[in-house]
Amino acid sequence: MSLTLTAVGYRYVGTSRPALAGIDLTLAPGEVVGVVGANEAGKSTLCLVAAGLAPATIGGRLDGAVTVDGLPTAQAHPYELAQRCGVLFQNPVTQLSGTAPTVWEEVAFGPRNLALPLTEVVGRVDDALAALAIAELAERDPARLSGGQAQLVALASVLALRPAYLILDEPTSQLDPQGTRLVGEALSRLVAGGGTGVLLTEHKTDLLWGLAGRVVVLDGGRAALSGAAHAVLADDRLAAWGVEPPGRVRLARTAEAAGVALPELAA
Amino acid sequence: MTSEAPADDRHGIPAFVVRVPAGPYRSLNPVTKLVIALSEVILAFAIGSWSGPILVLAVVLGCAAIAGILRPLWVIAAVTLPVVVSILLVNTFLYPGAKDPIITVGPFAPTWTGLAFGVQVTIRLLAASLALAVAYLTTRTDDLLTELERRGLGRRSTFLIGAATETVPRTITRAGEIVDSQRARGLDTEGSWWKRARGVLPLAGPVVFGALTEVEERTMALESRAFSAPGRRTMIRHLPDSGVQRWFRRALIAVLGLIVIGRVLGALGWVP
Repeated sequence: MSLTLTAVGYRYVGTSRPALAGIDLTLAPGEVVGVVGANEAGKSTLCLVAAGLAPATIGGRLDGAVTVDGLPTAQAHPYELAQRCGVLFQNPVTQLSGTAPTVWEEVAFGPRNLALPLTEVVGRVDDALAALAIAELAERDPARLSGGQAQLVALASVLALRPAYLILDEPTSQLDPQGTRLVGEALSRLVAGGGTGVLLTEHKTDLLWGLAGRVVVLDGGRAALSGAAHAVLADDRLAAWGVEPPGRVRLARTAEAAGVALPELAA
Repeated sequence: MTSEAPADDRHGIPAFVVRVPAGPYRSLNPVTKLVIALSEVILAFAIGSWSGPILVLAVVLGCAAIAGILRPLWVIAAVTLPVVVSILLVNTFLYPGAKDPIITVGPFAPTWTGLAFGVQVTIRLLAASLALAVAYLTTRTDDLLTELERRGLGRRSTFLIGAATETVPRTITRAGEIVDSQRARGLDTEGSWWKRARGVLPLAGPVVFGALTEVEERTMALESRAFSAPGRRTMIRHLPDSGVQRWFRRALIAVLGLIVIGRVLGALGWVP
């Protein structure tokens, strides 16, 4: 049982340069894998490929194999994959349906699409809102939420489909510090609940430090480094790949340069 | 204005979701209001001369008074003023073949025939536009879509109508943000018409291209929420309908059909 990418390469329509090449990655249920890299390193493409949206929805050429619990994504309908593998993008505005007058109905959008019995829809919506501690938003108009709240509602909308794996493509990139804190806390709660495998791409390495068990560094569409989260995020080569180390790692280095050893910060 | 459904009918759905439109006229089933509005539009144009448009306008205003929306209706009527004035002027001054001048001033000779025709067209136009406005002002979009979907409208059509309705205010908001940011960068969007016209280009680009680039992400977001799943979606709301309303709709459509057929066959010549 896992989300598995084997020797995966991907080219967008009309391009000759691969956006991804030779990617091997396994995400088990309950595991959190972080992905970092500079802009254009292939993080968003990796998310689309892992979720089965590329090439199914946007075209392009996929090499290698992507399977979700043994089901090849190339052979599955998007709605089948949606129940196994949820995906959250950067911009919360484009992820909401824009047709629901309340947050509750927005979260119900996915379960309704699956034609589930009414009681099942109600249960899933209530569970998703409770999991992210946003039940108090249920009555609000989705169009009038803050960026952080809207991103949480988008995440709840994905959770309502009860996927075994979550793919989060820089979910805090368009959020202010308050919004980032909201989403970070919600993800912490979700991860602590266990069971859901999370693939999280992020520029904010501080967020990954506390959440991820493993981290993969992408550079030019290839995996440049992969390993235990704290070891990778404290690697000296991180800046060369366009990734800023977490604040605690930078502080430890600054302190070390000043002759004060704070090894526990970067451990 | 909404009221809550009885708790035992809700299947655990929160009261704010199971909202039932309340109040005179508003509480009618959305399809009933839609049928009334479309009938009024067709009748305003199907019945010739004066009686059709005047009768329809009276019914529209009556419905608006019952629903308590006369004030916003006047605002909408005011919006049609430029069109109304142009129709009156064009017909009064340029009605072909009219030979009953009201007054002759040099080459200008407004005619009674043209004025009468212009007023008639104006009433027709007002009746039709206000009929649709009454339906719009008394029906929430999601109520109408819920009802249409329950009656078999496909999920894609339902979503398209709903998204298109929501896109208008969102685009206006976005355009306002872009105008503000362009002004902050020194673009002059006020003053002469030429200056305003020049200000449109830097506004149109970001609005149009922004909307286009969002389409792909929206499509993927919909797919990731099982939008393309087969079968009919689960309905979470049921708006009240009644036998009286069902019979009323059928009767209205039947009468409408007879009038349209009569008009096509030229059998309505006796109508004043």
